[in-house]
Amino acid sequence: MVMIIQTYWTMLLKAMGNTLLLCLLSLVFATVIGMIFGLMNVSHNRVFNFIGTVYVDAVRGVPLIVLAYFIYFGIPAGIQSLGFTSFRLDALKAGTIALSMNCGAYMAEIVRAGIQSVDRGQMEAGRSLGLSYGAGMALIVVPQAVRTMIPSIINQFIITLKDTSILSVIGFPELTNVGKTIMGNTFKNLQAWAVVGIMYLIVITILSKVSKQIERRINRGR
Amino acid sequence: MAGSMDVKISVKNLKKNFGSLEVLKDINLEVTEGEVVVLIGPSGSGKSTLLRCLNQLEKATAGQIIVDGYNVTDKHTDINQVRKNIGMVFQHFNLFHHLTVLKNMTLAPVHLKTLSKEEAKTKAMQLLERVGLADKAEAFPSQLSGGQKQRVAIARALEMNPDIMLFDEPTSALDPEMVGEVLTVMRELARDGMTMIVVTHEIGFAREVASRVIFMEGGYIVEEGTPEEVLNHPKEPRTIDFLSKVL
Repeated sequence: MVMIIQTYWTMLLKAMGNTLLLCLLSLVFATVIGMIFGLMNVSHNRVFNFIGTVYVDAVRGVPLIVLAYFIYFGIPAGIQSLGFTSFRLDALKAGTIALSMNCGAYMAEIVRAGIQSVDRGQMEAGRSLGLSYGAGMALIVVPQAVRTMIPSIINQFIITLKDTSILSVIGFPELTNVGKTIMGNTFKNLQAWAVVGIMYLIVITILSKVSKQIERRINRGR
Repeated sequence: MAGSMDVKISVKNLKKNFGSLEVLKDINLEVTEGEVVVLIGPSGSGKSTLLRCLNQLEKATAGQIIVDGYNVTDKHTDINQVRKNIGMVFQHFNLFHHLTVLKNMTLAPVHLKTLSKEEAKTKAMQLLERVGLADKAEAFPSQLSGGQKQRVAIARALEMNPDIMLFDEPTSALDPEMVGEVLTVMRELARDGMTMIVVTHEIGFAREVASRVIFMEGGYIVEEGTPEEVLNHPKEPRTIDFLSKVL
């Protein structure tokens, strides 16, 4: 194990960096996607409801690995067949899209549940004062919903961090993929995967501890 | 009293259904400026629904409602504009939990630009003074008692300078010892000439403050008149029956 760390530590750290980059990019986009579709799902507009529901159900109904293959291989193949033969999608872009879409669907559900957890009377009070629906959402409902959403959001972030490993299948050099390379070079299955596993464990443990702190702070302010 | 006969609210043939349930069947009502109308009746009689139709928190199924000269049942009417002039006080207060008392009050007028930040704050402090809660300006709703919350809610509605106030069972969620402080504020408001429509079970308040009492049951207005007429000498058997149970 020590040998693997000594020989491959730069590679491993770089892979961890790639994992975090992919995760972070996806989380940013997923938050935006989640907010948009979550708000669509709680709106009283049937068209928005329909779009929101279809998105969430479609993405949740497809395994991430299939979604990744579809975006990395399927979509470029489709576009190339239309005559754009030089079209390529690199693994980071495809991975970010797949993970953002996947995490975004779960975030949409978190946003929807968070908004629905706010008492209806809050919006009614806002509307009775002459505020528009949008202003009521932005100034009254969402700020209160965010508090209940934060633990689930952090949980979703951790899941997304782990899901980056699935994107090793499209060749993005994140931690799991580099683990495969090291294993192939050394044939030390046990040691290689132990190192990779521990690296995930450390990062995720730090993230959970930080999230516990944040949660505690929110609850104290209540 | 000049202008006291101005019609503030006019309801014609109002119907409201929730799915197949007819909550309001055929409501006709006129309220003139400065009147205090108290709606009483058993639960499920449609009093709260009628009140909520007036500012369109519930959309009318049929009929016409004119408030302040605006036809609020017409979907081309800018309802947000009309609502600025109609204050509403809820049974469960509905204070914004994430904001201080002061922010609760200044949020809408500042956002809607009816007052500047400074004006809103000054006005809010005057209103809090009036309801006896000036020392609670920086408190959060969770730090207040029920009676205090409801007085803040009234002050928040008044901050918009409404000319009509709607009260939806404002004392029903309060501990008995806190009912008085809220009714006192409402009594003062009535004395100052505010047009008020109040859904309540406080028959004593109705008797003392109301200019008109309306008894509703089953989605209809069954009987209306002065408190003396409706509460002391009811004519309809259903009114008599109801009053015998609550008095």
